[in-house]
Amino acid sequence: MNDFVQYVSSYLGSDKTPGAAGNFFWATVYVLLVFVGLSVAVIAMNWLERKILAHMQIRLGPMRVGPHGLLQPIADALKLLLKEDIIPDGADKIVFWIAPFIVVLAAFSVFVVVPFGQTHAITDMNIGILFMLGVSSLSVLGIVTAGWASNSHYPLIGALRSSAQMVSYEVAMGLAVVSAILMTSLNAANTGTLSMIGIVEAQKQQEIWFLFKFFPLGIIAFTIFAIAMVAETNRAPFDLPEAESELTAGFHTEYSGFRWSLFFLAEYSAMIAVSSIAVTLWLGGWLRPFPNALQGSTWDLAFSLIPGLTFLFLGAICFYNTARMPKHPLFRIQTIGLAGFGAVLALIGLVMFLQPVRDRVGDIFWFSAKVAGFMYLYIWYRGTFPRYRFDQLMKVGWKVLLPTGLALLILTAIVGMRTELVAQVREVFR
Amino acid sequence: MNPSLTANPPVNPPVATPFFFYGLAAIMIIGGILVITRKNAVHSALALITTLLAQAGLYLMLYAPFVAGVQIILYAGGIMVLFLFVIMLISIERQEKERQFNKQWLVGIVAAGALGGLFIAVYTTTAKGILFPPVGRESYVEGQNTQEIASLLFDMHKGMYMFAFEIASLLLLVAIIGAVVMAKKRI
Repeated sequence: MNDFVQYVSSYLGSDKTPGAAGNFFWATVYVLLVFVGLSVAVIAMNWLERKILAHMQIRLGPMRVGPHGLLQPIADALKLLLKEDIIPDGADKIVFWIAPFIVVLAAFSVFVVVPFGQTHAITDMNIGILFMLGVSSLSVLGIVTAGWASNSHYPLIGALRSSAQMVSYEVAMGLAVVSAILMTSLNAANTGTLSMIGIVEAQKQQEIWFLFKFFPLGIIAFTIFAIAMVAETNRAPFDLPEAESELTAGFHTEYSGFRWSLFFLAEYSAMIAVSSIAVTLWLGGWLRPFPNALQGSTWDLAFSLIPGLTFLFLGAICFYNTARMPKHPLFRIQTIGLAGFGAVLALIGLVMFLQPVRDRVGDIFWFSAKVAGFMYLYIWYRGTFPRYRFDQLMKVGWKVLLPTGLALLILTAIVGMRTELVAQVREVFR
Repeated sequence: MNPSLTANPPVNPPVATPFFFYGLAAIMIIGGILVITRKNAVHSALALITTLLAQAGLYLMLYAPFVAGVQIILYAGGIMVLFLFVIMLISIERQEKERQFNKQWLVGIVAAGALGGLFIAVYTTTAKGILFPPVGRESYVEGQNTQEIASLLFDMHKGMYMFAFEIASLLLLVAIIGAVVMAKKRI
């Protein structure tokens, strides 16, 4: 028992990730935390997407279950679990059964390397970004097998479209990622890194987010990635695999109940995963805004108060809406519920002001805030753009993004090596 | 024990325990048997994917994470998706009724026997004290695997595989151009 306590406490105060420190207990704790956090994020995302889309289309969105529909995702989850689970008669039973699990496994296991903070990752791998791209590309397999195993026309066409789309956009995505990795090697030792933590450290060391590095090359690479990641997660305007006007629901037409909810879970966690790649590579990961321009203890303190203030602000919104609730006795429980939710948010905000909590959650907060920005972008795209036609989609992928990505890669290499190149040319002409 | 192996002892206790090795090897063998015995081609492809993923696990055990990552991206994520893409369009009903046949089983047995004999020969010589892999091969720590591969490929002084690498990429380029020429009627 004493040994165990010592083993557990030996990690505290370490400046490594649990994986790097080799501590199995804390690694398990981190895995569970990430899993729970992701599930909560997916639930929140479900509610937010419906609400934000509704407000963009001048509707109210869910309003019935709970105050402002706050309990709607929980009601949805219950409904999905209680629904009858149908396996079509002509389906290939085993493959039909395995397919959603492949998708979920691929979507969740990439979070092993996502750096929520300098020490807040499950582990740090030498091949971090490669691992993320590789494992997330495995989800194509799940989608393809799901479409095939359903033994039905719409899912098969959806699966074919999806695999063609994901394989083509992976190329452009990879090129954009490589140009960001080239930027990590511009240091004294001339060695780059694929490790997710190492990439953020490189941005810290070079005192610039890779988004603004070699202006405008960084921004172009980021744009290519931002377009490709929407196609890669099958979201609007590239949601052809599940285009409801043509294919009913695409590859998961025949799925219902729990299996369908697995696809749903995988889709949203894949969105979070690609957003965190973008945040890590171009937006400085867990670093707070302006760590170099606005440095010093005063600015550090000011920025470390922002997480708490954000939660207090959210709590204040809840209290404001509590006051605006109809005074009818039927709304009493909803009013109390909303006030309670506001109180919980305000309490979290107050806890975040404490010195030890403030120091530890700051980087997680900034990382999550940046990812949340991307999540809003996804919803915004869905509310704004009409769906592409399939040949247009392929044209964008192969004829625009791929050549631009190749040119960008070469340009980044030339600009990065410019002093050496100039020295070489001088050597030749001397 | 190879002296260069002990020169750089891994910081963490190694994950390469026999438990993992036997598990992964069992998955690979079962997957391989399923690939050749299933009548349904999609099931065979899925079994092949399992085998390839277990192989990536073996690479990880050998402290070669970069090779493992490339294995997952290229084979499991890329090539097998294209395999499935083609196989999915084949009619399954006909396959199920046909008898499985293979005209090359004799050649197959000879090739498998030769490979097995090679493995046994290597194993017995190693057991006698002759070291395999040969002494002098450096073993890299996991943390620098990617960087070491890069310097083996591209470094001016250490890079000995640059030429072979470029030849391989030229071959791929020829294949790509050939595919385009054959698929397109009018260029």
